[in-house]
Amino acid sequence: MTAALEIQGLRKSFGKLEVLRGIDLEVAEHEVVCLIGASGSGKSTLLRCINLLEPIDAGRVTVLGEEITARGVNVNRVRRRIGIVFQSFNLFPHMSVLRNVTLGPRKALGLSRAQAEEQATALLDRFGLAEKRDEYPDRLSGGQQQRVAIVRALAMEPALLLLDEVTSALDPELVAEVLDVIRELAAGGMTMVIATHEMGFARDVANRVCFLDAGQILEQGTPAEIFTAPREERTQQFLQRIVDAGRL
Amino acid sequence: MIILAFALFIAVLRSLPGPVFFPVRLLAIAYADFFRGIPTILLIYILGFGVPGLQLAGVPNGEFFWGTVALVLVYTAYVSEVYRAGIESVHPSQNAAGRSLGLTHGQSLRYVIVPQAVRRVIPPLLNDFIGLQKDTALVALLGLVETFRQSQIDVAGDFNFTPYLATALMFLLITIPMTRFTDWLISRDRRRRQAGGVTA
Repeated sequence: MTAALEIQGLRKSFGKLEVLRGIDLEVAEHEVVCLIGASGSGKSTLLRCINLLEPIDAGRVTVLGEEITARGVNVNRVRRRIGIVFQSFNLFPHMSVLRNVTLGPRKALGLSRAQAEEQATALLDRFGLAEKRDEYPDRLSGGQQQRVAIVRALAMEPALLLLDEVTSALDPELVAEVLDVIRELAAGGMTMVIATHEMGFARDVANRVCFLDAGQILEQGTPAEIFTAPREERTQQFLQRIVDAGRL
Repeated sequence: MIILAFALFIAVLRSLPGPVFFPVRLLAIAYADFFRGIPTILLIYILGFGVPGLQLAGVPNGEFFWGTVALVLVYTAYVSEVYRAGIESVHPSQNAAGRSLGLTHGQSLRYVIVPQAVRRVIPPLLNDFIGLQKDTALVALLGLVETFRQSQIDVAGDFNFTPYLATALMFLLITIPMTRFTDWLISRDRRRRQAGGVTA
């Protein structure tokens, strides 16, 4: 199997704070990898580095065989193949749902308006958002907004989808509708890297779970290995805190 | 109109990222610093009396022309700062979202950042527009007869202050409907976003 994503020795600092301290990670096509770890362990920064929203200090990121961190690589072209969904949705508030979804395909991929709208309508329909296409984001619930954000990323037909704590800003009763969408994508073979605090979800959907601690991948393995028999003491402590909080 | 377009251009230049654009940013900053820093009336004097005095070939000599140029230069500087405040008030995550879709920096500005920025700065823009409208009275110093100077002439004739009041009224007749109109634009935009589903 080809690697969809390959990260070698990735380092990133913000000022004096070293957030990522040498990350090595390989993700195969159609694989779903969940990143778990405490807040500040570097999960979000790692995802933002993968689609070059943050410049990296050292290391290499390779997507589908192309080193995207090499000099002279067109970052816009790279980002078209890597979708990202943010914790805070980041929909464009001055555009209708339909325009939110079609902006990327029209302006970055050069689709005609008709083509882009047809594709967007099909996607919105698939995720139960068809009647929301002319609404503005402020009018939608958090769960609906996040589903629109996922559709917006999917409209670019990405080879790799990054999800950055996409349910953390949602009311508990809205989490399920978003997780269901992600489960469906996983079943459809989408390659995903998911930073999450939803341990039950990670156990369900992930092929592999990575535990990040202080900017390093301390331990990785199948969900069963990580959640039932973690080897590292730090992992055990982290999971114990999750269990104590009633979240697993 | 010239001011709005030119000022946006300056503000965008100033927001360009990276060391490559440093000279461009510097020029934009210098422009705003310079033309905001000198009194409007001084610039009107310098351009309105100075340039025609040089008797350059192929350069217009009209007081109206140079009075207008002076006002455009000054107000472009003010308005560019208003735009800049607007651009910087849009949360960086909006740019991140735009760029993550593969949009270029320019496209992200054009479709994501600037439309939101402009909506936010409409009230202060109107402020500057009214200021500009009132400062047109200053070109009278060049000998142009605009409404204010005309009223002075009328007052000097018979010591009746009614022409001043009439002039004040004329300014209000333009600025107040303008204010109500922008208020209406703003509330319509808000309604559309929050009441949703009405327009495509």
